[in-house]
Amino acid sequence: MTGSPLIEVEDLRIDLNDGSRKVPAVESVSFRIDRGETFGLVGESGCGKSITALALIGLLRPPLSIGGGVIRFEGREIQHLSAAKQRALRGNRIAMIFQEPMTALNPVSPVGRQIAEMFVLHKGKSWREANQLAVDALASVRVPAPERRVKDYPHQLSGGMRQRVMIAIALACGPDLLIADEPTTALDVTVQAEIIELMRNLCAERRTAILMISHDLGLVANVCRRVAVMYAGRIVEERGSADIFRSPSHPYTQGLVASLPRLGSRAALGRTRLKEIAGVVPAIASFPDGCRFNPRCAQATDICRTTAPGTDLLGAGGLVRCHHHA
Amino acid sequence: MHEPQGRPDDDLILSVEDLAVHFPLGGGLLGRERRLLRAVDGVDLSLRRGECLGLVGESGSGKSTIALSILGLLTPTRGRIVLDGQVVTNRQSADRKALARIVQIVFQDPYASLNPRQTVRRTLEDPLRVHGVTAKSEIEDRVATMLKHVGLRPEQADRYPHEFSGGQRQRIGIARALILNPRIVICDEPVSALDVSIRAQIINLLLELKETLGLSYIMISHDLGVVEHMSDRVAVMYLGRIVENGHWREIFERPAHPYTQALIAAIPDPLRHAPLATTGGDLPNPLNPPNGCAFSPRCRYAEAVCRSEPEPTLETRPDGHAVRCWRSDEIAHQTSLAAT
Repeated sequence: MTGSPLIEVEDLRIDLNDGSRKVPAVESVSFRIDRGETFGLVGESGCGKSITALALIGLLRPPLSIGGGVIRFEGREIQHLSAAKQRALRGNRIAMIFQEPMTALNPVSPVGRQIAEMFVLHKGKSWREANQLAVDALASVRVPAPERRVKDYPHQLSGGMRQRVMIAIALACGPDLLIADEPTTALDVTVQAEIIELMRNLCAERRTAILMISHDLGLVANVCRRVAVMYAGRIVEERGSADIFRSPSHPYTQGLVASLPRLGSRAALGRTRLKEIAGVVPAIASFPDGCRFNPRCAQATDICRTTAPGTDLLGAGGLVRCHHHA
Repeated sequence: MHEPQGRPDDDLILSVEDLAVHFPLGGGLLGRERRLLRAVDGVDLSLRRGECLGLVGESGSGKSTIALSILGLLTPTRGRIVLDGQVVTNRQSADRKALARIVQIVFQDPYASLNPRQTVRRTLEDPLRVHGVTAKSEIEDRVATMLKHVGLRPEQADRYPHEFSGGQRQRIGIARALILNPRIVICDEPVSALDVSIRAQIINLLLELKETLGLSYIMISHDLGVVEHMSDRVAVMYLGRIVENGHWREIFERPAHPYTQALIAAIPDPLRHAPLATTGGDLPNPLNPPNGCAFSPRCRYAEAVCRSEPEPTLETRPDGHAVRCWRSDEIAHQTSLAAT
């Protein structure tokens, strides 16, 4: 890692105000993404991965708020920027694509206009210029007949085409960071492959960094160079993506890797009983003391129930938070 | 390695013959041509006792339409469904009760498929009462036994769905499906709505129940890892038709249809930081299917013959593996050459 990172998150806390008190939904989250890098944030629903992304892009709204920590973009703190300055950053330098393009796109506006808007708002283009740029942008995400498609409304496009439009909007202004929150969860697997390859190639050409958020550890490990696993509001392990599957260190990551039926494993090893992770994911208001995974962990001891584990460095830039890690 | 061939027919618990389900979509007025969505178009399937048949394919390929037809919730346009030796297509609604005792379904979303205003007990008792079990002690016994089967405690019966986690709710959904002792259970994406760390619990439970209760499954899923893990045979669907059907090991180790190959190749390999294999294009519009083979516009092997009528037929090889592709022999030859 050379030079200053593109984005750096340090000790981020996100509070959930439940009316009477503030509960930390995300706590002690730190990571950095370099220019042009691919970084994945993996975890189950409620682990805090999506709200971490919303914090980066300045879109946290009550009852959620940043409760502490620093977010630096190109060395500059951005967590307390004014709404206007955040808007200038958002869409322009940091862009985001969402899981369900049908709800993220405006249903009553032609997709071309939604792309052109980016050039008008952020690049000061006239609508005439912007409309032409929108056609080019649609062509760059390999939508066939882009000059006709710009006039289509979102409902006239398939799910895969809509996600291409989302990518065209997100990449319109040449952002430095693309946040992709479950970008293919709503899509079929062959369409997922198309969208992932498109995103990967366009970002590599333009040196756009990717922060990919997903519950699918296999997909993230394939797309990203580094992966952080979140559990109950904290990062429990951060590794190079191949390492996290080959030698997971945290008991939760180990459990996740062992519990997934991987394609080809039955043919190689026969049908073995899948390893289960006991218990359930805790709710934000009832995160356990100490290590938050301890009630589900077979290796938990007294210290795990009282003291949150610190960060231990592993080889090759990896880190883990566990009192008894492998 | 292969299933023994040529078993007697009484081993079949379900056979679906030439099933077609077409939905008319308006039009038809003022001389406009009436549009027809052929959701399922000429499907043959069979399920043996104790077997798990995996049904895969992308959304819109017709998987759930087949499930609903087997359950008697959709009236087929054409074809026959034979359940345990009896033809059940075109039955009167009164016979739906008999059908419900043979075949049941576990739904994808355990949040949406349980009545939030009914206790678990009520959810499990209702089907028993409808099916003529009236003795209070028997009802109580069966509810308690079923809850134990699915890994819940009998004293949890008086709680409401919102008091349970997602995994527990799916256990209730499984109990609801099994309370009438059906022979066949259709599992329609039974783990896709669950947290990743909970899925293994439910997959293990379904496999255990299949053994202890002697069930047969139709397992619908887009997660090929889950399908490979659970299935004995796998049928691959594309645009309302079966394009490949065979033993799970053949399907996953030597897929013969280019679509099956594309599906498997599109699964990201977590151990390799490598590009995903792409197919090109989206699913075609089912209202306006392509000429010839429906997969031809996306197929890397397609030639003129594939794009013209007639479409390929489902050819069954001597080992029981069936493929709907004009060029599958050549493709198999090419891929085996490439492998050496």
